[in-house]
Amino acid sequence: MKHSVVSLTINGAERQMLVAPGSTLIDVLRESQGLTGTRRGCEQGACGTCTVLVDGKTAMSCMLPVETIEGAHVETIEGLTPPQGLHPIQEAFLQGFATQCGFCTSGMIMVAAALLAKNPNPSREDVVRAISGNICRCTGYEAIIDAILDAAVRIRSAAHAEAA
Amino acid sequence: MNRFDYIRPVSVPEAIAAAAVPGSAYLAAGTNLLDLMKVGASRPERVINITRLPGLDRIEWLPDGGVRVGTLVRNSDLAYDERFAKTFPVVAEALLSGASAQLRNAATVGGNLMQRTRCAYFHDLAGACNRREPGSGCDALGGENRLQAVLGWSEHCIATHPSDFCVPLAALDAIVEVEGPHGGREIALDTLHRLPGATPEQETALLPGELIVALRLPAEASSFSRNARYIKLRERTSYAFAVVSAAAALEVEGGTIRKARIALGGVAAKPWRAREAEALLEGKQATAQAFAEAAELALAEARPSGDNAFKIELAHRIVTRALSLALEGTPQAMPALPASPFPALSGANHVI
Repeated sequence: MKHSVVSLTINGAERQMLVAPGSTLIDVLRESQGLTGTRRGCEQGACGTCTVLVDGKTAMSCMLPVETIEGAHVETIEGLTPPQGLHPIQEAFLQGFATQCGFCTSGMIMVAAALLAKNPNPSREDVVRAISGNICRCTGYEAIIDAILDAAVRIRSAAHAEAA
Repeated sequence: MNRFDYIRPVSVPEAIAAAAVPGSAYLAAGTNLLDLMKVGASRPERVINITRLPGLDRIEWLPDGGVRVGTLVRNSDLAYDERFAKTFPVVAEALLSGASAQLRNAATVGGNLMQRTRCAYFHDLAGACNRREPGSGCDALGGENRLQAVLGWSEHCIATHPSDFCVPLAALDAIVEVEGPHGGREIALDTLHRLPGATPEQETALLPGELIVALRLPAEASSFSRNARYIKLRERTSYAFAVVSAAAALEVEGGTIRKARIALGGVAAKPWRAREAEALLEGKQATAQAFAEAAELALAEARPSGDNAFKIELAHRIVTRALSLALEGTPQAMPALPASPFPALSGANHVI
């Protein structure tokens, strides 16, 4: 029952941690790193609220034994949030009232971030497909889909303004 | 979760030696094992992390046109590999119809092959399950059993194998490469998973300590690339296991079927290859009538294991549908909702 030392880059910072056998990524994020923006939901990989990015790809942090992702780059909602203000996806969620109880929000935003990184101009159906692994028990899906489409516009116009 | 020792071997021989101790389990992404450990349905004393083993995460093209896929290749990496998806589109479609993007990004090839049944009684420690605890009985018989097996089941177990990926693999004669305490060997994917008989706890043909290192698809399987589909009927439009699914692949010349491959998912404790139905189609005109006859033959031995007679008729229709969609041709781009029996959604790309 020996603990092991695992190194991860979390939101750009290298971290080393001592983990018990079977610890999942969400255990480490919430309990040893104090990053409580990632929500613990079903604990079975079924609800998507614990979604983070591992090496740029979406993953359920409740289902990842942290020993199996040694050396990975992990990004959480805290890493997405800029030092000042909000990320365009967060702004779009806020202004579009796309949060109800808020429990699914960080997972939804991380999935949206992965989608928009790959596909900056998604169709509505693309967004529906992208969030199909995430459950909103308030059933506020329409507002979430609208917010992600709005975020895509915000990010594209910001990129356009920068280029000009 | 029970307490266990965690072992991180650095080579395949070291992993196999570690697994020789009874009570050991191999761990890759953990999307199934961890789930089972959390509910106590699986209680390994030693967990052997194979994710650091070198050389098992590659897709290698063989000189003859076949492909060898390392056991640690992620489901999404395989499905989105351009050459793989073009050569074996039915396999890519099945992969993308399974689980969710987050799980496909983690889950591995070997882990998918080795996943356990999703039978609720297998997961529920309060229930009797011969697969989890030999000799304890089967609460699924006479229980909530509308999604259980209709082919190859026994009075000891009526569970189904949940994999989508394995269905086209069985149809296309995939080979599993295994390393073990007594060296390496190859197993046809079609014989990897066992029917329950009187020993449902023996789920696969693997011997203790054996490790899947790679999966091979033969070059001949690429001849179906133009006419191959995987169709999956599920209770939600995404992120659900198959109620019934089918992989169909055809080689057609001037309206005549030269070769046919058919396998079903969600109907038995293994992906169910329908060889007699394939033989019936070969040399025949590709007509709706021929497809219906093939489906009839594929389900000839089916019988309900409970409240699930509807699955036999459903399987019949899914096989017929998969064959007719295969005849229409493999879509140019992956459908937005892979494996859906519904018409493609317009304007969507399947990207993450």
